Amino acid sequence: MSQSTAESASETADRASVVVVDYGLGNLRSVTRGLERAGAGVEITDDPDTFADADGIVLPGVGAFKEGMDNAGPYREPLAAAADRGQPIFGICLGMQMLLGSSEEAAHAGEGDVEGLNFVPGTNVRFGDDVKVPHMGWNELTVENDHPIAAGVDGEYAYFVHSYYAVPDDADAIVATSDYGDRFPAIVANESGTVFGTQFHPEKSGETGLRILRNFVDLCVND
Amino acid sequence: MLTKRIIPCIDVDLDEDGNPAVYTGVNFEDLQYTGDPVEMAKAYNAAGADEFVFLDITASADGRETMLDTVSAVADECFIPLTVGGGIRTKADIKETLRAGADKVSINTAALDRPALIGEGAAAFGSQCIVISVDARRRYDEAGEHYAEIDGESCWFECTVKGGREGTGVDVVSWAREAERRGAGELFVNSIDTDGTKDGYDIPLTKAVCDNVSTPVIASSGCGGPEDMYEVFTEANADAGLAASIFHFGEYSIEETKQYLDEHGVAVRL
Repeated sequence: MSQSTAESASETADRASVVVVDYGLGNLRSVTRGLERAGAGVEITDDPDTFADADGIVLPGVGAFKEGMDNAGPYREPLAAAADRGQPIFGICLGMQMLLGSSEEAAHAGEGDVEGLNFVPGTNVRFGDDVKVPHMGWNELTVENDHPIAAGVDGEYAYFVHSYYAVPDDADAIVATSDYGDRFPAIVANESGTVFGTQFHPEKSGETGLRILRNFVDLCVND
Repeated sequence: MLTKRIIPCIDVDLDEDGNPAVYTGVNFEDLQYTGDPVEMAKAYNAAGADEFVFLDITASADGRETMLDTVSAVADECFIPLTVGGGIRTKADIKETLRAGADKVSINTAALDRPALIGEGAAAFGSQCIVISVDARRRYDEAGEHYAEIDGESCWFECTVKGGREGTGVDVVSWAREAERRGAGELFVNSIDTDGTKDGYDIPLTKAVCDNVSTPVIASSGCGGPEDMYEVFTEANADAGLAASIFHFGEYSIEETKQYLDEHGVAVRL
């Protein structure tokens, strides 16, 4: 056998430069390794000045909506500017929920209205009492509206851990769904298609997840 | 729909030269050297495992640093969720284990000693990464709070520590409910009675826990093959089935286990 894929990949130049926004939440190690495996050069940063020169921006996230938005507060304007420039912005899990306008989670926690980034108008709601919450494990993706981030993943499985899910105002914003009691959005995108997110963790979703990360890197290259 | 998860587990100790190595118990006898943790993680990742559990069984402070390096090496190869357990006693331990690349930490004795640790961990890092592990043992006396009937006899399940050698007097079902209330995101249920038997999971135990909590439950101990997984998913309603030796020694592959479940109507990721 010849060299492994990983070895030959490391010999070629990175296909795109990606910044992973470190706003103090989540395990950034896995998403970084996944993006590297997908061909990206990755910089983990808390400096919004680095956004403009990147080919793409990843907004990771684990935890609560309010805490996420509090921590992401300083990035609100720089992210809006990046979206205006048409730079790809990829939200993962809580990072996807933050792309919407609001979340019931903050209200449930007695934290009042917490404003999201509002790239995808809509809100995040909690699963009903008829299912175990959190929704944890592997679930099947159904692509509803074509988008390059979802190329090749229809009918494949992805790994989810969450109690709330996004409900965009416009059904066209729903790229893919999964079924947990009811159908809920698993991938959403804004109107221009440059800001998008996955409710599941691509960096924990095996080959399907790596495919999505490669799709993202492709988007960053073509942009 | 949400699928049932199949999870291989490795017990990692330091070998004579101080290098991390996987050991597997064989019929309650000596632990047998099974392989290199990173290579095994890579193989299971490629074989279609849904998650991976890494238990540090060194129980020595000096081994901890080495183990965290190994956790990082495993995490770099594992594009599936990784749970790490063994020796996690404080919020600082949780933090450094997550930072090393674990997605979840499994806590056993430390949570029984100081239940507030569950809430502290959940508040700081999220419930989704706090897994509470119990080593249950059947007791046939009047001291329990929740009883099940096994072969016509009434018994309850007690939380034990030190590998089942010491009882705590705590009822497993009551403890599972308390752990859930305090913020545990998942329960990892081991049975001293079925561990190593390969005669099947402890169904009454797993069912008792699943019936009393809404948190996902990982069944462990006693898996001898795909039909035991089928039983624990359909009769006890477990969310995930964990196994070690049947996979490590090649008796069944992850793929044929999932194939069997799929053929019998259990939703799995194929």
